[in-house]
Amino acid sequence: MGKQLTNRGKEVDRSPMTFLESIYLWNIIKGMGITISHLFKKKATINYPEQKRSFSKVFRGLHVLNRDAEGRENCTACGLCAVACPAEAITMEAAERLPGEEHLYREEKYAAKYEINMLRCIFCGLCEEACPKDAIYLSETFAPANYSRKGFIYKKEDLVIPHPIHEKEAYEKARGGRVEINKKD
Amino acid sequence: MYLLSIDLWFLLEKALLIGGIIGLSFFIAMYTTYAERKVAAWLQDRRGPNRAGPFGIFQPLADGGKLFFKEEIIPLASNKFLFILGPAMAMITALVASTVIPWAAPFITKGGNVIPMQVADVDMGILLVFGIVSVGVYGIMIGGWASNNKFSLMAAIRGASQMVSYELPMGMALLAVLFMTGSLKMSEIVSVQVQNGWNVIYQPLGFIIFFICALAECNRTPFDLPEAENELNFGYHQEYSSMKLGFYLFAEYINMFISAAIMATVFLGGYDIPFVNEASWGLSSFWMTFISFSVLMSKICFFLFVFLWIRWTIPRFRFDQLMDLGWKKLIPLALINMIITAAVMLWLNK
Repeated sequence: MGKQLTNRGKEVDRSPMTFLESIYLWNIIKGMGITISHLFKKKATINYPEQKRSFSKVFRGLHVLNRDAEGRENCTACGLCAVACPAEAITMEAAERLPGEEHLYREEKYAAKYEINMLRCIFCGLCEEACPKDAIYLSETFAPANYSRKGFIYKKEDLVIPHPIHEKEAYEKARGGRVEINKKD
Repeated sequence: MYLLSIDLWFLLEKALLIGGIIGLSFFIAMYTTYAERKVAAWLQDRRGPNRAGPFGIFQPLADGGKLFFKEEIIPLASNKFLFILGPAMAMITALVASTVIPWAAPFITKGGNVIPMQVADVDMGILLVFGIVSVGVYGIMIGGWASNNKFSLMAAIRGASQMVSYELPMGMALLAVLFMTGSLKMSEIVSVQVQNGWNVIYQPLGFIIFFICALAECNRTPFDLPEAENELNFGYHQEYSSMKLGFYLFAEYINMFISAAIMATVFLGGYDIPFVNEASWGLSSFWMTFISFSVLMSKICFFLFVFLWIRWTIPRFRFDQLMDLGWKKLIPLALINMIITAAVMLWLNK
């Protein structure tokens, strides 16, 4: 016999069956003992829609476009995320901030259009790492099923986080814990 | 004139009993399918059906409803009459076998009339069951033949040869019991056990042989070759769909129920309560009937559970192993058991 790959290998026993084995009955009873013991074991199943398993701290889910504390969008449409993206899932169009829009956008330039194709995205998180403005990060939810391919192209309105002052609760929920982990100093 | 004087009460009583037993058979068969899925799940560390109603108890209704609404396909090349007769035959034979089983202690009315809880207490009781079970093979054979599909036909032949082979040791194991009771009447078999103790104590080997054969007769694992879904192309009901398929599957569960009832009656003392003398309790006849019925039902449920338990423990035999076990192991064993019983009975009676 060659070298064993694991310590769980067992040599095959090819000795002829003993009388007890040849009538099967004893071995069947032994097997039934094993199965009945499973009757009392804890079930591994999670009742999915009612009960959900929490994700790990570093789980990378759907993207969120972040706002600052006053509710202004962080994104400046620099395009670094699109460059970093190995799956080429991100497209954007930049626009200049007009006077009177200071409460909407944090800096002079913003993303007028921002799309992520969730079918292309591999949820690697490189966009998050590339972003110099803390504008994009991956949240703790995953992309829900959809009827058409079109539905998987997420527009800016699908991605931007709820307003932290007007919709505080929804903002906290969307924010999750991951933004803290990823915070750059 | 005697033949013309119809006892209306007698007719009503029997009609109620027949209706009750058929209803009970359907109910138990329905919930055996549910239990099958639940037990399978529990033995595999899963939860089983739990969406339809609390704990999924409406699952069998959902399954049945689904079967009714499925498209009915009758193959063009099949023999239509036989194609429909097959599942009907399987169902009828499954239901008829329950006629001779005594379900509970006889109910005595206030007027002193004794109402036996048995549809027909015929003298050849257990033989009748055997006869009906043998006719059950026709359900399989006709279904397989009428489908006009070679795989169905081969599966039907496989099933028929299996059932015929296992009826032999089954009958021989039963003969040893009949030596002891001295009667084929089911009520007699039970009353002898009430007096002398259960047959399983005197005939452990006979009981094991009978149990194994019952598994084979019901096409249960490890002998479910006639309907081996994955490796033998599904079996004799391959061409069947909708409720006709439902009838075949349902008849199998009713067969399980009836064979569990017969095993409980012949080997576990029927409706007898173990270790106690219930006659000395002085309960009213209604309660005696009720208690003895529930005792029989709990024995049946135990057997049904063991059937399921075995199914989810062991894989199925190969066909040559199946035939080897039947002809080379069980028949000699049953013969030896029979001869020893006969010798002992002869010696005791001297």
